[in-house]
Amino acid sequence: MSSLPITAIEIASAVRSGSLSAREVLDDHLSRIEEREGEIHAFNLVMVDEARAAAAAVDAIVAAGGDPGPLAGVPLALKDNLCTRGIPTTCSSRILEGWRPPYDATVVQRVNAAGAVSIGKTNLDEFAMGSSTENSAFGPTRNPRDIGRVPGGSSGGSAAAVAAGFAPISLGSDTGGSIRQPAALCGVVGVKPTYGLVSRYGLIAFASSLDQVGPFSTTVADSALLLEAIAGHDNRDSTSIDSPSPSLLESLDGGVDGLRIGLVTELMGEGIAPDVAARVRQAADALTAAGAQVGEVSVPAAAYGLSAYYLIAPAEASSNLARYDGVRYGMRVDAPTTAEMNAATRSAGFGDEVKRRIMLGTYALSAGYYDAYYGKALKVRTLIVRDFERAYADFDLLLTPTSPTTAFRFGDKTADPLSMYLNDICTIPTNLAGHPAMSVPFGGGADGMPVGVQLLAPALAEATMFRAAAVLEAAAPALDEVWS
Amino acid sequence: MTLTHEPIEGEHFIVVSETTGDEWEIVVGLEVHCELATTTKLFCGCPNMFGDEPNTNVCPVCLGLPGSLPVLNENVVELAMRLGRALQCSVEPSVFARKNYFYPDMPKDYQVTQFDKPITLDGWLDLPDGTRVGIERAHIEEDTGKNSHAGGSGRIHGADYSLVDYNRAGVPLVEIVGRPHIRHPEQAKTYIDELRAILLTTGASDAKMEEGSLRVDANVSVRRVGDTALGTRCEVKNLNSLRSLGRAIEYEARRQVDLLETGERIKQETRHWDEGAGRTRPGRSKEEAEDYRYFQEPDLVPLAPSAEWIAAIDAAMPPLPAARRAALALASGLAPTESSIVIAVQRDLDQLALSTIANGADAKRVLTHVEHNLSADGVAELDPASFAELVSLELGGQLTATQAKTVLAEMVTSGRAPSDIAAELGFEAMDSSELEGIVDGLIAECPEEWTEFCGGDDKKRSKLQGFFTGKIMKATKGQADGKAVAALLEARRAERL
Amino acid sequence: MPVRLTRDEVAKVADLARLQLTDADLERYTEQLGAVLDHAEDVASLNLDDVPPTSHPLPLVNVLRADVIVEGVDREEVLSQAPSVEDRRFRVPAILGEEP
Repeated sequence: MSSLPITAIEIASAVRSGSLSAREVLDDHLSRIEEREGEIHAFNLVMVDEARAAAAAVDAIVAAGGDPGPLAGVPLALKDNLCTRGIPTTCSSRILEGWRPPYDATVVQRVNAAGAVSIGKTNLDEFAMGSSTENSAFGPTRNPRDIGRVPGGSSGGSAAAVAAGFAPISLGSDTGGSIRQPAALCGVVGVKPTYGLVSRYGLIAFASSLDQVGPFSTTVADSALLLEAIAGHDNRDSTSIDSPSPSLLESLDGGVDGLRIGLVTELMGEGIAPDVAARVRQAADALTAAGAQVGEVSVPAAAYGLSAYYLIAPAEASSNLARYDGVRYGMRVDAPTTAEMNAATRSAGFGDEVKRRIMLGTYALSAGYYDAYYGKALKVRTLIVRDFERAYADFDLLLTPTSPTTAFRFGDKTADPLSMYLNDICTIPTNLAGHPAMSVPFGGGADGMPVGVQLLAPALAEATMFRAAAVLEAAAPALDEVWS
Repeated sequence: MTLTHEPIEGEHFIVVSETTGDEWEIVVGLEVHCELATTTKLFCGCPNMFGDEPNTNVCPVCLGLPGSLPVLNENVVELAMRLGRALQCSVEPSVFARKNYFYPDMPKDYQVTQFDKPITLDGWLDLPDGTRVGIERAHIEEDTGKNSHAGGSGRIHGADYSLVDYNRAGVPLVEIVGRPHIRHPEQAKTYIDELRAILLTTGASDAKMEEGSLRVDANVSVRRVGDTALGTRCEVKNLNSLRSLGRAIEYEARRQVDLLETGERIKQETRHWDEGAGRTRPGRSKEEAEDYRYFQEPDLVPLAPSAEWIAAIDAAMPPLPAARRAALALASGLAPTESSIVIAVQRDLDQLALSTIANGADAKRVLTHVEHNLSADGVAELDPASFAELVSLELGGQLTATQAKTVLAEMVTSGRAPSDIAAELGFEAMDSSELEGIVDGLIAECPEEWTEFCGGDDKKRSKLQGFFTGKIMKATKGQADGKAVAALLEARRAERL
Repeated sequence: MPVRLTRDEVAKVADLARLQLTDADLERYTEQLGAVLDHAEDVASLNLDDVPPTSHPLPLVNVLRADVIVEGVDREEVLSQAPSVEDRRFRVPAILGEEP
């Protein structure tokens, strides 16, 4: 193995100081990709030429005495639902195969401006719909810890890329847990920021009121670094919060002394694997030991989160995905009339899960069913927001499992969509509320696969959440530590 | 069937059945889409421009490219509120919704519009005839691109394929939904005229029907005179001119009366006006209507204009046509429905008329000149004091009506004083003995015509009066006063009889 | 127990969504979507008359931009992505249905 620095913070620091070149860093990572990408399939596309050009540009800035930025020379993987100008962006769907966006997503502009070197577009469940990356039209990504198991999803490629050492950091998107759940299953850090903290411009929409871009990394500090770089107001996104990017790194070592942290009772019982629940209790103990006051808290409406989510997200998706009609870009299957062409194209271009959700959402919005389904789900969303408000009156942060189980085997849940949906039970409530949450690796399960524990915070309380995450990171048992 | 153009019982317009003699009333509500006169589109910074090369004014947002997001144009909100307030609507907190349906000219395959919470609600529009037409709402929405049909007939049906230009996609529209308070095809045209005047006055739109920046759909139904419940309506589309609008309403009303009188029911449907054939043709029926699955647009946030913003719009509101007619009516003592008043406001000459009246001129005479002798353009040089002086010269007998018209035309181009112009043209009041001499000479020259004039019936006399007046005007180079000539001819005839 | 989602309803929904389904697809989706909707009955059966809906997690209002032209994208770049183009416009097969 190489002796180059591993974390983004170390790499950026070395590159900025001139002690390490971006080219060396890139070569190192490309060789790791070369070595294992064949079995992992984290990427839909490795951008070798573009990455070399970006690394050369960073080195040129340093050579000229300039500062390429806080992510100087750091290889970074982009989920393939983030638009990259002139570079294929597929959402792991046949319907977008070959499409080259004429513009960059705001987050892509920001990481580029911060000196990062984008090395590829990562695999995902088609249109970010799924929890295993098995719904990718281009084949699944494999969990680097055990290639017989899923990496989670939908940002499975971004999680696997970091877990496999292909890049120290990556970007994913989280609509119902699509960053946190794969982070947990792959044993890396994953953050869903407050809705509106990171621009969605150029993130190909799944469910607009829930989608949020966020970081993956091996360390809590690297996620803080990346989130600082991508957060902040964007006038191209109407739902962007008009506030500056938060300072996360400077308070990272603040500890949890005096913080009140609630263990959510509804997400510790039925449906949660005992080994996962045990790790969460162990994490609670670690926080207590570090000075936090940990207690139990009830968020009753969380029980309805899954149902509400699986009405709201498909409803929005059914509308967001209407534009893939074979007229302006992407795939077309010819037919005599436009309506038939639309249908033929969509039927050939979308996979099973996408069709299922489009139909579910169409149904939930259709005349006669709106009030019973979509309308009700919006009201449940209100209940969830209220329950969180009550919980946060007594607690600064909440603690839950990220995923009910560790990484499962391929094919285990593909036949029964509902069993797959149940994976998201712990992550969905925060998306519905628009709050931040993150998954931090905390030892392994009975099967030796990583367990992630989830920290939840009120809107814009990322700094507090990261402090607790740093404490958990320091206290986390090793993955191979015997589970008792 | 007879179409009675005279208003019966107020403003109602009646179709009288030829078979039964029954009287039917036409009920019309108009939905108007107009493009707002902004610099850029509704949700992106592309130019809002008509007639450019295809697909040049486009960006990821208005092309609906994956990942793009809309941001609302502030000026759209400003113009929509101006229009709404001009239509006496309240400004409400509003949200945007998605109307979901597939159509190739719609880049996202949904239209962003306002559904259950529109920006303005519940106002009215006063027509020049005094009718108050209710306005249910006026809301913001985005326009579609344009399909042109190629091959086959070149029309949508029978075309082999179509070509789509998205320059117009995302252009801001306001849809103004009028209540069914219109009772007459002419009234529908007047409503559109009046609405256009408001759109122009408020700067909301250039409102050009021929360029499609103003589009009208008519909801037409009929009911027996005396009935209060509304009949089943049909929505008539493809009305590309005011003439089409009037014709289509009339045709549609007759069609519906025919059906009802033969015991059939009206099917609620969309119908398309065929200007060439002069008829409406059936389109989509209510049963086949799409299920639009409206829901709140999650990419946009609610709109809640501040009280200050609304107050600023009210404070800056220019005088609107109805108020301008009322002011002129008050100043002139005429009814606001008087054609000269309506025309003065339409031609934007009401301010000139008011100032001229304020300078002491006779109001009716001023308005007569405005109606018959002045056009909307090129009156910048006409100053109210001089206009008043002209009217006073005319009424004082120093100028005949014909001379006054000539002088006025010269005033408009040169801006000179009427007395100077009159003197230069040699217009002076002719003294009566001079006129008598000319008239008597003419009678002597044309004895046959004179005999016929004196003895003939009214029709013949009227014709010959024109003959004599013309000759006299020629002899006097138009300086004779027409009224004095008529009086003198009548006096000589009475002497002869 | 609520009425189960029917095949006809799924067919109608597929039509609205412009998806062509085979008979086997219809069968499978009717079963799978029915199961999800059954699960959603915990929500559908709640009495929430007094609860207002939340469409959006943010309390933002009045996000507006100035009415100023921003450069768009190059026409050729956009057209180069289209499946079919003629005369610098997007070409589509015959359109039968009318616009709403």
